[in-house]
Amino acid sequence: MSAERVLVQRGRYADSVTLMQVSRDVTEAAGVQAALVAMATELNRELLAGLGFAAPASDSANDLLVAIRADSEPALDAALNLTEQLLAAPRGRTSGLDTSLPPPRTSAAAARRGGPGLAIVSVPGQYAFVEAMDALEAGCDVLLFSDNVSVAQEIALKDAAAARGRLVMGPDCGTAVVGGVGLGFANVVAPGPLGIVAASGTGLQQLLCLLDHAGLGVRAALGVGGRDLSAAVAGRATEQALRLLDADPETSQLLLLSKPPDATVAARLRGLALATPIQFALLGPGQPDLTAAAESVLRACGIPVPAWPDWTTTNPGHLRGPYLRGLFCGGTLCDEAMLLAEAELGQLGSNIPLESGRRLADPRSLSGHCFIDFGADELTRGRAHPMIDPALRNQQLAAALADESTGVVLIDVELGYGAHPDPAAALEPVLGAAMCPVVISLIGSRADPQGFESTAERLHRAGASVFLSNAQATRYALDLLARRRPA
Amino acid sequence: MSLLDGRPIIAAGLELFADAVVAQGAPVQLVDWQPPMAGTEADLAAVLADPRRPAANAAAIERITGTEALLVDVVPAGAALGLSDHDFLHAGPPIDWARASGPLRGALLGAAAFEGLVDEPEAAEPMFAAGTGYTLQPCHHHGAVGPMAGVISASMWLFVVEDPATGRRSYCSLNEGLGKVLRYGAYGAEVLARLRWMSAVLGPLLQQGIRNHGPIDLKAILAQMLQMGDEAHNRNRAGTLMLMRDLLPAVLESGAPARDIADVVRFVGGNDHFFLNLAMPACKLTLDAARGIDGSSVVVAMARNGTEFGIQVAGTGDQWFTGPAQLAEGLFLGSYGPNDANPDIGDSAITETAGLGGFSMAAAPAIVRFVGGEVSDALAATRRMYEITEAEHPLYAIPVLDFRGAPTGIDVTRVVRTQVLPQINTGMAGKLAGVGQVGAGLVTPPAEIFPKALAALAARVPK
Repeated sequence: MSAERVLVQRGRYADSVTLMQVSRDVTEAAGVQAALVAMATELNRELLAGLGFAAPASDSANDLLVAIRADSEPALDAALNLTEQLLAAPRGRTSGLDTSLPPPRTSAAAARRGGPGLAIVSVPGQYAFVEAMDALEAGCDVLLFSDNVSVAQEIALKDAAAARGRLVMGPDCGTAVVGGVGLGFANVVAPGPLGIVAASGTGLQQLLCLLDHAGLGVRAALGVGGRDLSAAVAGRATEQALRLLDADPETSQLLLLSKPPDATVAARLRGLALATPIQFALLGPGQPDLTAAAESVLRACGIPVPAWPDWTTTNPGHLRGPYLRGLFCGGTLCDEAMLLAEAELGQLGSNIPLESGRRLADPRSLSGHCFIDFGADELTRGRAHPMIDPALRNQQLAAALADESTGVVLIDVELGYGAHPDPAAALEPVLGAAMCPVVISLIGSRADPQGFESTAERLHRAGASVFLSNAQATRYALDLLARRRPA
Repeated sequence: MSLLDGRPIIAAGLELFADAVVAQGAPVQLVDWQPPMAGTEADLAAVLADPRRPAANAAAIERITGTEALLVDVVPAGAALGLSDHDFLHAGPPIDWARASGPLRGALLGAAAFEGLVDEPEAAEPMFAAGTGYTLQPCHHHGAVGPMAGVISASMWLFVVEDPATGRRSYCSLNEGLGKVLRYGAYGAEVLARLRWMSAVLGPLLQQGIRNHGPIDLKAILAQMLQMGDEAHNRNRAGTLMLMRDLLPAVLESGAPARDIADVVRFVGGNDHFFLNLAMPACKLTLDAARGIDGSSVVVAMARNGTEFGIQVAGTGDQWFTGPAQLAEGLFLGSYGPNDANPDIGDSAITETAGLGGFSMAAAPAIVRFVGGEVSDALAATRRMYEITEAEHPLYAIPVLDFRGAPTGIDVTRVVRTQVLPQINTGMAGKLAGVGQVGAGLVTPPAEIFPKALAALAARVPK
């Protein structure tokens, strides 16, 4: 036996949305078959009739109708009480209005919100072009850390940037210093008069650290991506960056650093008319290494060349095998070491071979003298860069040390922002068990958060020879190897 | 500020690098970057590389925001659109009777009876089912828009909205009110009686009024509505009253019988949605100005026919990109529930396309309660729409956001990249022909239509 009531409350108003919510809540209450709580408009009277309720005793749309049909009288009373409670309930949360702003979903949205700036784009490579292009259109400069961006896309980005008077640093730009802030893998260096343009990430880190140890600070270090001085990209960003620094009154010395450049592009850039003196560190066979380049810059700035710090030992250990194994996180450092080693050892195997080198089929299987760049594209796909997560490199280090044909192992360790917070910790146990000498290029500045001196000392205590200069480290490793080789 | 002196830093991708910047004492705006919709990488890259795009989108926005929309006349559809009594227009992308939803079929049956083709609406079913002897085309193909089923037939009266700079016009039917009405698929005797009164009394009286008064600037009213709690899609109270305020003296002076005038004022005043049918053609007119701009990825129409949701894009001509219409989430009238509702229907999403409706929900917080949400949700919804739009409307300001311009000009690439879908406020029609309105709520387009539009844009990028 169902119970039903149709009430008219004269002159009681609630807005239609509130009433729809009340109707819904009452309809869902236990024992309720149908409910309508609504103003007595013509439409609502029709709805009431449609629900099978008796016509209400009301002639004004300003009356409130409460119509409920329930399974029983008690259920009806409960529903009426609920209706009254819901109608009387105060609205609004005690916490008030939530005006918190969720983070923007694109760099361009961020630029619109807080004003355009410098967008650091480190999204996976297949999405990087879109994010970078949109950021440029929103008025940003772009530091493009992502790799796996095509040459055509790189050119499109750099042309779009130039048309807007903006700079694209990258792709695959690991390091930059602008406005006193280190970006990407960045060492902490003092401000100074030097403006660097670099088509090499770890090469730039090596230079910044050497110069910092010598007391020469930087105004800015603008990465342009390792391919910028290729024939295809033709120095687009390099020229733009050089002109930017040339026009800057606080920059009194320029330095252009690049992985081996295209000869025509290099010649054109050497011929640029610039008001600021410039030094070139264009790497390649027969060219000065990074340390020699740093020393030239110091001399150009009238700063004495210091003795580069090293931590060596009189007894580096027994050499079991005849071969040099270089296991690098930094591509340019690997390149530099190969150029020095090839002059003494002849052809080298590598996953990034020199022109005269041999390409290793599997970069993780060691044969002869060989150098692996663990930061190369094929070894970073789907995993973090080895400077962030050196696990793969350190695992291969253990394998190289256990290999009987290994004579000397040469590795690099990078400090600074972005790099592993304590790279020595994972190396110490491996070095302690080493069966042959390990030589380390430790790329860090004295102010780096990991502690340059303390890291060097820990690595040295664990048995390694440690150098700030990668060139010196490589020569030291070659010397050790020469001692074992038959004359 | 020069790059060398440091610009504000924005970071998308590895948080490690943002953390490093913060550790050096510099502020960073972190981007909540996420991968785009699946399989869109190549098309996104192609469209973003299109050198025409920035200027094309800027031109589209300039036209959308700069085009004026004046109410200039009220006329019968037959003469205005060249419709015979066997020509019917409907909301949304093209569709035939076989695939038409309940409310569209109901509205067509009612319209056939209204045109006198049959005595009883149901009797028109064989003609529609046979597929011959009549035409059925989208309103959008005739410069018109219609809410819900959007059915326009020759004897209905239309608002005429004009761009004074070009003389271009757009059209929309007169709003019938809520509940059992043709646009929600109802076709009972009272529905047809109301339509007849609208053609006999309402239309002619409004025509006299507007002709006496002179053109009314609809965008000026729309801008004021946002200051008064309307968003011009699901809430049009202030707009309706402002229209009455402007027109009433001219209507009174028309010399029409006082009884007719009273009926018209009662009808319009009792229908909070009356202005919706002016907001829609105003939006349509301004968005149509951006059609056919090669390289532009800005959406110029979002419309639903009750079966499919379709969009058109400035850079892809009149091509529709369609997917299944979704069910709205919201509140239901009386005993109706989710099972009674038809999928999303109507051309009224043209308001969202122009930055109003769900996009300006922060201006009309009352709306958000349709889904049991809170005022904060209205703020969040509007703010979310800035992620997918090209510009902020210079005229439509949202008070609670410090009079920031409404998010305007949906960019297909941003929708695909952020996976944020346009927010639409809508009424819900019953899924059976003849039922009428069952509720109101919030809905989004089907996500898949945006990658389809993107692919078409990518295919049009010059090699």
